[in-house]
This record gives sequence, structure tokens and C-alpha cells, in this order.
Amino acid sequence: MRSTLKASALALTAALAASTAFAGSHSLSGDLKIFLDTSNPAPRATMEAMIGRFQEMHPDLNIETTVIDREAYKTQIRNFLTADAPDVATWYAANRMRPYVEAGLFEDVSDLWAEPEIADNLASTKGAMTIDGKQWGVPYTYYQWGIYYRKDLYDQYGLSEPTNFDEMKSNCQTLLDNGVKCYTIGTKFLWTAGGWFDYLNLRTHGYDFHMEMAAGDVAWTDDRVRETFANWRELIDMGAYVDNHQNYSWQEALPFMVNGDAAAYLMGNFAVAPLREAGLTDDQLDFYQFPAITEGVAMAEDAPTDTFHIPANANNKEAAREFLRFVVSADEQTVINNGQNLGQLPVNASASIDDDKFLEQGFAMLSSNSPGGVAQFFDRDYPAEMAAEAMQGFQEFMVFPDNLDDILNRLEKVRERVYK
Amino acid sequence: MTVTALPDTETPKRGWYKRNEIAVTPWLFLAPAILFFAVYVIIPIFQSFSISLYDWDGLGVARFIGMENYAELMDDSAFEVSLWNNLKWLIFYLLAIPAGLFIALFLNQTVTGIRIYKSLFFFPFVLSQVVVGLVFAWFYLPNEGLLSNMLRLVGLGPVNVLGDPTWATYGIIAAGLWPQTAYCMILYLTGLNAVDPEQVEAARLDGAKGWKMLWYVIIPQLKPATFIAFVVTIIGALRSFDLISIMTNGGPFGQTRVLSFYMFEKALSEYGFRMGYGAAIAVVLFLIMLVFIAYFLWSMYREERGGR
Repeated sequence: MRSTLKASALALTAALAASTAFAGSHSLSGDLKIFLDTSNPAPRATMEAMIGRFQEMHPDLNIETTVIDREAYKTQIRNFLTADAPDVATWYAANRMRPYVEAGLFEDVSDLWAEPEIADNLASTKGAMTIDGKQWGVPYTYYQWGIYYRKDLYDQYGLSEPTNFDEMKSNCQTLLDNGVKCYTIGTKFLWTAGGWFDYLNLRTHGYDFHMEMAAGDVAWTDDRVRETFANWRELIDMGAYVDNHQNYSWQEALPFMVNGDAAAYLMGNFAVAPLREAGLTDDQLDFYQFPAITEGVAMAEDAPTDTFHIPANANNKEAAREFLRFVVSADEQTVINNGQNLGQLPVNASASIDDDKFLEQGFAMLSSNSPGGVAQFFDRDYPAEMAAEAMQGFQEFMVFPDNLDDILNRLEKVRERVYK
Repeated sequence: MTVTALPDTETPKRGWYKRNEIAVTPWLFLAPAILFFAVYVIIPIFQSFSISLYDWDGLGVARFIGMENYAELMDDSAFEVSLWNNLKWLIFYLLAIPAGLFIALFLNQTVTGIRIYKSLFFFPFVLSQVVVGLVFAWFYLPNEGLLSNMLRLVGLGPVNVLGDPTWATYGIIAAGLWPQTAYCMILYLTGLNAVDPEQVEAARLDGAKGWKMLWYVIIPQLKPATFIAFVVTIIGALRSFDLISIMTNGGPFGQTRVLSFYMFEKALSEYGFRMGYGAAIAVVLFLIMLVFIAYFLWSMYREERGGR
């Protein structure tokens, strides 16, 4: 009770403080413990520089930053949220935050979202941060998914960016006839197959159906689900994917594209950096939106959002709220998402997009050509347990498409248990 | 323990500890070990049993569901696969024992530089399991891997050992055998040092040589080494986790999981937070281990009694 009172008092002060500008005219003091999962070199440097700028604004605040390996973080968060909570922690939007929201471990930050600065500029991601009508954190970056392809190979065989499924298949057939695989993929860690399912399902039946499935309202043995898999099977039977993809991680599948053994990759924008590093120029590499499959189904995209949260057990929630405001401000969003830093899309509508052809294309696609909606990603939209079983099923399906009935029956059994 | 109060006639100069020193001291020395063994081994065993009766995500409220987790296990094809894989590990991992014995016999001679050869053979055991896993994963790569290239030389097509659900587990076991064979070899090498040369001499006079010598004279004398090799190999097979995690991550589609890996996936991995279900798997694994533990304890007990 006492802590609730304290929390609401803090929320009130924070809301009042919000009216003062971002310049840090009021002083914050005490400790601010920040836990980050941005362990890769570039994101890590970006985050540390950003925290440095926040420190400059609040010299009396004692900021302590801990960077945890991205994979290890996913299991450690369960411990530190309950035992020794930091004041700010990174995580993911949508269903991935649900367990912590339901266990009461994340602070309700709806008050921040009521402030005009955030309400007006972050409207596009509000849905992903909302559970039970309240917001539980703020996003700091997101990125588009889509098909990255070798433009030089497409040009060589006279192909153009496909806009529907027939073109997609005919392009693929041409490539196969010339000894080039259409798509590279590495399914060892399963989630890459989830991306393919997302897009095939979104394009075959649309965003609303996809989300009904995520909510557990559609049986996996439903005929509509089978239609999605039938479309997928067409690609598999053509031999569109590289062989032995079950052996590779997503990084290990990159060389196929770099060497020209495969022409395209359905991936998130984070694949651009390693492809460029491997020597592909922007003339060779290009991007297109996943083509339409069923006519009349509104285009919808995957755009996973990474987020900041305040643990419910945090000590310095006032400073934490100020930090969240700082992170989503237009200036910071412009800086941390530019090409030298994260190389992703800013969540603040007033921020400017860096001069990068992939970011520009992605931003245009998400803001004007995704009327159906924006999904997070298979393993963030679907409950963890359903996602784990399903992605394993997708991998099996991609290797042994004949096992489909068996796979769907198994997934249906899991669905009945998970959503009861 | 039972020191009765001394009659008043004698002066009770000595304190309680002095009087009970012989009985108490061993327990004092044992106390830290007993304490830690209880806290880290015995109590967790019972905790696992009790957690396995709950539906609990590790964060919220645990809900008592009785034997439902176990009922679900019976109907879980992934659990069945893991159980069979554990059995495969148990059987094929034991190949390390004869392999280690034969390498030890081969190396048990006095040639210049034999120590170098011995250490070279022992080398894989020094490597981290993670490194072994990586090296074998590269060795097995479907196109670029050494194995596929070697097979190509003799006119066989490339094989994808780790991507094929029927072969992947055997591929991982083979990788595990490499360091385990080295371990068994070193056990047997020390064992061979203790073989009584007089008995060998006597057997030779009686005309024993070759296989007969090995089977009837050498191997019986190596019994202690064989026992230890058996124990460490069985334990190694049951806790095979790192190789699987590195080489296939349980895949393709979960066909190389063993119970320990499945337990980890269900309870502690990125997508799993079913503590109760994970605990139920742990209990099953514990029961399997219990069979071996009981056998080991029984044979050690018998050994000690026989020694007296």
C-alpha cells in the first residue's frame, strides 16, 4: 500500500515536472541504475553516449550503467526485476512484456503517455506498449522487415521487384533456372522461419486474422491456416530456399547472398550492416516490401520495437521517468537512430530520419504503405510458449513439408493448453 | 556419544567438549560439507519434487495442479524423443571405455617420446566442450565440411549429419566420444601402471598371450579403473548438455534434445517459463540417475566390505 502511495506521489511530481522543458532546469539527484541489453558494439556505444548526454544535463545524478549480454539478459531479467531491480531496463514491446506486466513487475507509465510531448509524437507505437488500457514503457527504436535483395543479380536476369505472389514465384523460377537460390535463410535458431510465417499469413489473410491467431482464437488446423501453409509450400517445393538451412544461424546464412548463391533475404533492417561490411555496395543491395498474395488484403508489416521500462521495484522513479522522456525526445531519437549509431527508425514523429536508402524506404513503407497494421514479430506477438512450439514446427515444415498435418495437430494441442 | 556423567568423587575438571572430543570432532569436520550438501543438493531435490506439482511461471502465483505435469509428459512427443536420445547417449557413450582401453594398451610402451604421444592423445580432454562442439560442427558442415569432402573423395554424396533428424544425435555423440575416450585412456594408463608384472610373467610362462592374456590377466586387474571409467562415462552421458547446445541447439526441430536440455528449454530458456513442467522433467531425469547412483553406491559398499 505504502509503495503504491509513494509511486503515485512520484508519478504526480513527475507529471508536474514534465511541464518544465527537457533542458533539465530542475535538478535530479540520487542514484539511477540502468540495465541495458544492447551488448553489440555499435548499440552499446550509442547507449553509453546517450546516457553521457543525460548525465551532463543532470550532474548531481549518480548514473550507474550495466550492459548485459543480449541473450543472457532474456533470462536474467526475471531475476533482477524481482530481486535487485534497476531504475530503468530495456525490453521488448507487445506480448513479450506481458508476463512482467501481469506479475506487477513493470511500472505503469500511462502518465508519461498523457503528456502532449509523448502523446502527439509517439502515437504510432502506443498500441504496442499498451496492455489492459495502460502503457508500461516507452519505445526507443524500431526497424522494418522486408526483402533485401541483390539488385545486380535481379538486373542480370531481367527481373524487377515483384508486387504480387505470381511475380514473386516467376522471379524465383528464373533465378532457379540460372542456378541461384531465391532466398537465403538460416533456421537453426528458429525465429527466422517465424518471419516467413508472419509475412505469408499477413499477406494471405491480413493483419486482423494474424492477430486473432496470436490471441488464440483460431485453431491451427483451420483451413485458412492451411491456405497460408499451402502458399509457403509452393515456395518450398520450388526449391526457393537454400539447402540445409536448419544448420545455419541467420548470420551464417549471409554468405549465400554475399557470394551470389542466393538472391534475397527476408530479414530485419539489422541485416544491412553485416551485408555492407561483407562488401556489398548500395548499388548491389536493395529492398522491397513483401509482395501481396491475396488481392484486397491490406498490407501489414512486421516492425519490432525495442523499449525502456521502469521496474515496479525501482528506487528512483522520478529520475527514471525523466530518463524515459529524454530517450524519446525528438533530438535524442534523431541522434541514436542515425546511420552512425543504431541505424534504425526513430519512434518520435518529429525526429528526422537519417539519409540512408534502407531507412528511408522502410520509413516510407511503414508510414504510408502499411494500412493493415504493424505487427511486432512472431515471437513477440504470440505467447512465448506458443511461439517456441510453432517456430519449431515451421522449421520442420520447411525441411519436411509432408509432415504438415502432424505439425498442425501438435500446435493445436499446444494452443488448447496455452490459451485456456 | 554415550558418555555417562562421571561420579562426583572425581573432580570434573574437563569441559563437555574435552569429554566428548572423540565423538564430536568428526561431526565438526563433516559439518561444512553436510551443510552445503544439504543446502545445494538434498533440499533442492525435494524442492524440485514439490515445484513439479505446480503450474508456475517463476514470477506470479504458483497454482497446485497435482500430477498434471506428469500426465502431460506422458503425452508429450518432445519428451519421448528426449528420453530415447538419453538412452542412445547412455549406450553409445559407453564406447569410450573400450576405445580408451585400446589406446591405453597401444600407448603403454617405452619408446622415445612416448610422453608426447600420450599428451597428444589426452589433448581433446583438455579442450572445453564448447570448442569440441564447434570443431565438430564445422567438421560436419554439409558442403564445406571436412567429412563431406572426405566422402566426396570416395565418391559418396555430401551428408548433412547435424541437419538430419535421424543422424544428428549420433553425430553429437561421436563428438562427445572424442574427449571422453581420452579421459578413459588416461584412467587406464594409470591402471596399467599398477598391473603386477609378476602375474604377467607367470601367465606368459603358462603360455598365455594376445587376447587370452588381455582378457584373463590384464582386464581383471584393471577392474578399479574400469569402474571409475564406467561411472564418469555414465554421468557424462546423462549431463550431455553443452555439446547439444553448441552443435544443434536441440534441433533440427527438437530431434537432438535430451532430458536435461528439454528441461532447460521449458523452464529457463528464452521462451520457457514453465517451472513446474521443467521440474517434472528434472524429477524423471533424477529417477533415471538414481538407478545408476544406487548401483554405484551398492558396488562401492560391497567393495569396502570385501576389503575388510
